[in-house]
Amino acid sequence: MGSEDVMRTAWGGGQSPFAVSWGKLMMWLFILSDAFTFGGLLAGYGALRVGSPTWPDASKVFALHVAGREFPLLLIAIMTFTLICSSGTMALAVHSGYHKERQKTVLYLVATILLGLTFLSCQAYEWTKLIREGVRLWHTPFGPPQFGACFFTITGFHGSHVLSGVIYLGVIASRVARGVYDRRGSYEGVEIAGLYWHFVDLVWVFIFTFFYLF
Amino acid sequence: MEHETVREPVRETSAPEAKVYLQILFLLFLLSTTAYFLDLMNLTTVMKAILFTAIALMKAGLIAGYFMHLRFERITLVYVIVTPLILLVGLVAAVMPDGRSVLMSRIGF
Repeated sequence: MGSEDVMRTAWGGGQSPFAVSWGKLMMWLFILSDAFTFGGLLAGYGALRVGSPTWPDASKVFALHVAGREFPLLLIAIMTFTLICSSGTMALAVHSGYHKERQKTVLYLVATILLGLTFLSCQAYEWTKLIREGVRLWHTPFGPPQFGACFFTITGFHGSHVLSGVIYLGVIASRVARGVYDRRGSYEGVEIAGLYWHFVDLVWVFIFTFFYLF
Repeated sequence: MEHETVREPVRETSAPEAKVYLQILFLLFLLSTTAYFLDLMNLTTVMKAILFTAIALMKAGLIAGYFMHLRFERITLVYVIVTPLILLVGLVAAVMPDGRSVLMSRIGF
């Protein structure tokens, strides 16, 4: 194979591997590595939980009292719907970006940011509630200490991803508003940020399932 | 000799219509609500494990496939992304027996 032929292969530098731009490919690789971080945390949680003779009932621990009645897992349900909604508005932001509609893109990005902040507020409330009940990273009053350890580590790690995402989207929204992507002729920056945001939602699907529902 | 450039422009992914996103959003709502109400029912642990895992994987597929556009990317890229994730499931499964032996050592056989 001559050097020109090498250049023609996907990795030869002559073209984009997998026919995606470098920014998108790198975001996918970051997402994969991040998926492994969360996978490691969930694997650790699984092993700790299987190894514990008792485990607190999540639907009672995360119940919400509204008007004197107890609703199991209500707060978590609200958080889940908020995050799914934010994924929807993010998808619409990317969609508006494709059609180079600057105002709509900004609008949907701001909606996504607000939903992200709502999610974070719910999480702050949940953490406060549990800390007041005496749950610590190393101690759980109503169960094995592993519960507190898993809860704060996993939801804290995810929450910090949401927070980073909110900041990231804020930067992207300001760039869209300033017309940076219009001048560049491509709104791909919005799409790449969208990949990250959807991934954070994707991780929540598994945390919701394995930490809260089980 | 004339030089033929094979450099293809970065392909604009064939993005779906906005309507599709709303349909996916509706499906995600439906699956989440189903999971929530299943949780309120008294199911056995095995049933829970099967149903919840199935729902979670369906939601993950919808998010990755449509919201993250994976369905519209080149198949090799899909392989690159999905293969390690399958191995990840293996990692999670691999440490479970360890947890079980810890449990056995704690409660006795």
